[in-house]
Amino acid sequence: MEKHKINDLFGKPVTVVNIGLGSMAQSIRDQDVPVVDLDWKPPAEGVKRLMVTKAGIDIDAANDEAVKRIKAGRPVLVGMGVAKDVIPGMHSRMFLHAGPPVTWERMCGPTRGAVMGALIYEGIAKDEAEAEKMAAGGEIEFSPCHHHHAVGPMAGVVSPSMPVFILENKAFGNKAYCTQNEGLGKVLRYGGMGPEVYARLKWMETVLYPVLSRALETLPEGIDIKSLIAQALHMGDECHNRNRAATSLLLRAFGPALARTSQNNEDLARVIEFIDRNDHFFLNLSMPAGKAMLEPAEGIPGCSLVTVMARNGTDIGIRVSAMPERWFTAPAGIVKGLYFPGFGEEDANPDIGDSTITETAGFGGFAMAAAPAITKFVGGTPELAKQTTLEMYEITAGEHDGFTIPVLNFRGTPLGMDIRKVVETGILPQINTGIAHKKPGVGGIGAGILRAPMACFKEAFDAFETL
Amino acid sequence: MAVKTLIKTSEYHDSVSLMLVARELSKLPGVSDAAVVMGTEANKSILEQAGMLTDEVKAATPNDLVIAVSAPEDAAANALLEAEKLLQKKAGPAGEAEAFRPKTVRAAVKSSPAANVAIISVAGRYAADEAWEALRRGLHVLLFSDNVSLEDEIALKQYAADHGLLLMGPGAGTAIINGVALAFANVVPAGPVGIVSAAGTGLQEVSTLLGKNGVGITQGIGTGGRDLKESVGGIMMLAGLKALQEDPATQVIVLVGKPPAPSVTQKVLEQVALCPKPTVVCFMGGDMEAVKAVPNAIPARTLEEGGLLAAKVAGAPIGDVKAQIEAETLRLKEQAAGLKKALKPGQRYLRGLFSGGTLCYEAQVIWTDLIPETVLSNAPLDKHKQMADSTRSQGHCTIDLGEEEFTVGRPHPMIDNDLRIRRLLQEAHDPEVAVIIMDVVLGYGAHMDPASELGPAIRQARQIAHDAGRELFIVASVTGTEQDPQGLSRQSAALTEAGAIICGSNAAASRLAGMLVA
Repeated sequence: MEKHKINDLFGKPVTVVNIGLGSMAQSIRDQDVPVVDLDWKPPAEGVKRLMVTKAGIDIDAANDEAVKRIKAGRPVLVGMGVAKDVIPGMHSRMFLHAGPPVTWERMCGPTRGAVMGALIYEGIAKDEAEAEKMAAGGEIEFSPCHHHHAVGPMAGVVSPSMPVFILENKAFGNKAYCTQNEGLGKVLRYGGMGPEVYARLKWMETVLYPVLSRALETLPEGIDIKSLIAQALHMGDECHNRNRAATSLLLRAFGPALARTSQNNEDLARVIEFIDRNDHFFLNLSMPAGKAMLEPAEGIPGCSLVTVMARNGTDIGIRVSAMPERWFTAPAGIVKGLYFPGFGEEDANPDIGDSTITETAGFGGFAMAAAPAITKFVGGTPELAKQTTLEMYEITAGEHDGFTIPVLNFRGTPLGMDIRKVVETGILPQINTGIAHKKPGVGGIGAGILRAPMACFKEAFDAFETL
Repeated sequence: MAVKTLIKTSEYHDSVSLMLVARELSKLPGVSDAAVVMGTEANKSILEQAGMLTDEVKAATPNDLVIAVSAPEDAAANALLEAEKLLQKKAGPAGEAEAFRPKTVRAAVKSSPAANVAIISVAGRYAADEAWEALRRGLHVLLFSDNVSLEDEIALKQYAADHGLLLMGPGAGTAIINGVALAFANVVPAGPVGIVSAAGTGLQEVSTLLGKNGVGITQGIGTGGRDLKESVGGIMMLAGLKALQEDPATQVIVLVGKPPAPSVTQKVLEQVALCPKPTVVCFMGGDMEAVKAVPNAIPARTLEEGGLLAAKVAGAPIGDVKAQIEAETLRLKEQAAGLKKALKPGQRYLRGLFSGGTLCYEAQVIWTDLIPETVLSNAPLDKHKQMADSTRSQGHCTIDLGEEEFTVGRPHPMIDNDLRIRRLLQEAHDPEVAVIIMDVVLGYGAHMDPASELGPAIRQARQIAHDAGRELFIVASVTGTEQDPQGLSRQSAALTEAGAIICGSNAAASRLAGMLVA
């Protein structure tokens, strides 16, 4: 460490941080000296300020290492494949779902709908009644996406035949997987069921996937998703609830290769239309990008940063780097938001999906200042978006120098949720998300924002204290 | 001339920022051309025309950041380093329009990287944690809060000393760093005297006495009262002293405090001896002989003496300090003799109502030579002079109203005059009281116009005595400067107008008050 001296302070302009009495800050201000007057509140009662673990590990140093690894990550879209062939541990009778583990009995409506719909799409069940019987009868093994290096938006159901994107973190060599995004409304990931849902999934499997996959094969370097996220953050996206710019950038990146590998121009045109009409197409790349960047930060002894935050519509669960195998759960929250015509809050399922991997990786709701347009979901203002991001710096260990926010003078996004800071400050992580109908089969009905609940962070903190 | 390039893979910056960085690079000595661009085909062709298309650049992708510099070998390498720095710097804090108030020290430091001093005044049980937070982020700390454990104080100070940081406190009410008044401090001129003080109002009294004599200060470093205890070992006084010894702007040093533990006195004096700068050691009422043994150390018994000695050494046109104080004492004696005639035979006692703990202490040091009887206090020089009940005066006694027993759940008496006024009126009813001495402390942090409240109260107190057919003297000093927000002469005039006898220093006021009952 650099050797400092008290004398280094002498003669330098003074900038004060005031912690406590407002009059102290005012006195400094009266002298025309800059002062940051903290909006200080006592820490939560009984919360110790942990600097080292029980085993003696320097927590800040461990967290710095995690932040370094996440920042160094370089997720690249390297190819595509079919789930059962490429996702580790996947088999023909396994369905993945979003969030922490959940049994059929406790599964929420949209996840049940997605499971049943996927059984029909797979041709395993012939109708909803049979699908429900099979799912309830234990014929399908359910497993969280996160147990398989995968992530799924909303219900997050990945069934064996679904094509998936394969992302590789070029800095560490780990891979992450995610399905192709279906669009909004009545779609499987929101629990939607019906012939149009299955037909779309079939088309995505038989047309969209081969077209994209062929194009990708001609791009030996793949498509650098990290770079697209960085650019989209400068174009009004936060890459969770708003992916409009990123989706456009993705099409540009794909464009020439799509043209060169096209075997049928009508198919190609439909592919481009499909992507163009689905502003969220890129979500299924920003999510695995987040996953790919976060995995190398898992399992660092003494690290108190969250590496997974995910919801299954019943529970929200988090995993902490130092305890990579454990889930800490709490009931999933209620989303405040805007609804499609004909739907309201009474129809909404609690918070659902793995898409909070984006917040965990330092974008999404944490980069809300980059996406003032999405504050309209809660009738907020661009100023609110800015304040939200600024508040997230309070509970994060670092700043992502790869992802910057123009309106904050290109400051890096808040990165690395620290359970210590969440528990101590009471500031809860911002989540931007879509809203699913609580009944199976209906689909997406809106979008909004909420904060993650304290309970899972407190539980994780209590466990962390014993390490 | 060489062309040096650096490719940063997968690093995206907006083009305007990159142009600004390139412009800065072009200004560096030796650099004839510089480009900082994303590795697009268009940019590569521009680089080709500029003769900067190296093989490395050719291989770059549109997602890679390309830094290219044309300059002699050394300058080019230097420019590449500089480019990295500039790219990081660009990601600075947001502008001033930001209404957001950070909630934690770490967030404050992140949003204001220039922050270098923290003032902590939260409740004691939270204060140590916040101080750790501030120190770990490289901030110097003024720890105003009380009720921080001795263990925490020692650990914090050791860390601070090891990392070249100030940890002033706990219970440090005053500091002046680079001319900025922190917490309770006065507007004093810049000048050659550096002060380290284990006593908050002591620092205020000495710095304003210097100011009154036209001498300014470099730094006023507070240490907190416990710093000079054996267990703390004077960590901050030693660190502050060392810093002032090494500071070229500081030519004279003043150390202020109550008498330290003998081992601490020894350590401090050993450090004083290591640097030839004249050092006034004002450990009020402490061992003067030990100080005299150090050639460049100048002992002072009171704050007044310390301030005047330092002013003189710093070149103020004042005569022999000892003679001057003696002359003033003679004058005060005459004044006291005149005033005493108005007192009734039963009016025998002195009562002190102080807001500044050090001033209360200085007064007691002065009275030990002056008043043969015991002067009791809630903050006594010796334990056996402890008041049994500090809410009930008896005999000669002096009260530090800034002591914790009075300030729990209530503002400090320098901010809120209410408690002192009530006590003043209470004392005025006591037929045995001859004189009440008070300090009035000005400066940042203090009440914005103390005379507006104390003045009427003084008038009322004297009226109470007059109505009972006796005189009551109220002697006061004003610690402050003309430049303080409250204005020294305005406050003094208002207090005089109200019937108080205003002296030029707390020491003078203490002498006069003492002589009135001696």
